[in-house]
Amino acid sequence: MQPTFSSSRILLPVSPWFIFLTLTIALLLNFLPTAHWPGVPDWIALVLCFWSVRESRRVGMGWAFVLGLLMDVADGAVLGQHCFAYVLLAYGASSLSRRLLWFPIAQQALHVLPLLLLTQAIQASMRMVTGSDFPGWGYFVGPFVASILWIPATYLLLLPQFRPVEQNPDRPI
Amino acid sequence: MAGIDHAPPPFFKRGPAPLALLTFYILVSLAIFVVDLRMHSLDLLRQTVALFVDPVQRVAQTPGSLVDYARNYLEGMALLQKENDELRHAKLNTAPNLLRLEQLEAENERLRKLLDVKDREQASGQVAQILYTARDPFSRKVIVDKGQQAGITAGQPAIDEAGVVGQVTRVFPFSAEITLITDKDQAVPVQIVRTGQRSVVFGLGNGQMELRYLPANADVQVGDVLVTSGLDSVYLQGFPVAKVVNIERDSAYSFARIFGAPIAGVENFGEVMILNPREPLPAAPPAAKGRGDSTDKPGVRQKKKRTTKEN
Repeated sequence: MQPTFSSSRILLPVSPWFIFLTLTIALLLNFLPTAHWPGVPDWIALVLCFWSVRESRRVGMGWAFVLGLLMDVADGAVLGQHCFAYVLLAYGASSLSRRLLWFPIAQQALHVLPLLLLTQAIQASMRMVTGSDFPGWGYFVGPFVASILWIPATYLLLLPQFRPVEQNPDRPI
Repeated sequence: MAGIDHAPPPFFKRGPAPLALLTFYILVSLAIFVVDLRMHSLDLLRQTVALFVDPVQRVAQTPGSLVDYARNYLEGMALLQKENDELRHAKLNTAPNLLRLEQLEAENERLRKLLDVKDREQASGQVAQILYTARDPFSRKVIVDKGQQAGITAGQPAIDEAGVVGQVTRVFPFSAEITLITDKDQAVPVQIVRTGQRSVVFGLGNGQMELRYLPANADVQVGDVLVTSGLDSVYLQGFPVAKVVNIERDSAYSFARIFGAPIAGVENFGEVMILNPREPLPAAPPAAKGRGDSTDKPGVRQKKKRTTKEN
């Protein structure tokens, strides 16, 4: 696979352990006390979306459901709230993946923004339907930050898959 | 014969179709959403998941608490000295009342015995440290470091040095979740100290509280202190809850809108005292007799009305 489909650079295959590691780190980042600051993105949504686009056969709705359950318990939210949103996010991301990877990375970020906004909006509407208060517009700043972070996240998460630029001409791959 | 199979060999096995999977997961998550919200019967699932999540969460909280610790350490002598002075001053200020408290309690108990009134319940409990605020932006909850292992049960009230903070709503093996009194629609039965009027105060979700269902001409003033009325068998009587800060009397509505601010440091971090559950109330009087009386009376009244109408 390439960084984008139009690129001629071929990547190494991804290691499942690396996917697991990044999702765990995202979970830890979500549990940090910084979560209350305005504009802090939902790290899990970002990483999950990334892997669902990249490796939709490895990371899919099953992972999304489990991570959602963990987040629900950790947040003290109603069970199923994050599950629902993350499952939809994973589905949306994996069905977008064929189209998304043709674009340069900055435009990919633009494509991801509605998905992440939808994740947040679903959670807000699920809770508001059941009688909670509107959490304020600061709640919807996170997805914008996350979609900007899509650009560094792409490089960071693909880092172990890049191969050296100067290659041995005797071994093309 | 075993080798003959009509299905294609699993070269490109991809599992169920994405749409089928999506439907399945969405149905499951909606089902647990509704069950958790309406029937509250998924506590076992929540506790099991919490067993795995809790250690990770504590690890994630460590950097923050280390920073806090360092700041406290570096705050220096001057601040501590000042705080110490203030505390000593406060202690001296409350001394006249506190010194006589023991004697007053004894006197109160003797008088209650004379009057044949039930003994006042003693407040006791255990101190718990607030670990962190729950991340859910839709509610106001905190997590404390004592749980089932310390004998905490759901429903126990929590107070700090100034007043009521909240109520334990969920218990995990090593931690418990306290819903603050400012959480939306969290209700505390209260009494206005000045007039003795009983009511219920509700959290609004924005850090304020509202005293609902009091008539527009109710005798409430800005600055009135609300204390727990003790009528709910959850909170003991007399803990400060809120202070009235704003009253809107609009004659278009039959109720006054009375807003209060919590007295306890509800949004602060620190330690809370989780009070033990109250002693169970004495058994209710036999139901059959009471029901008979209550059904008889309206019947009699109706008959009277009818006779007056006929006349």
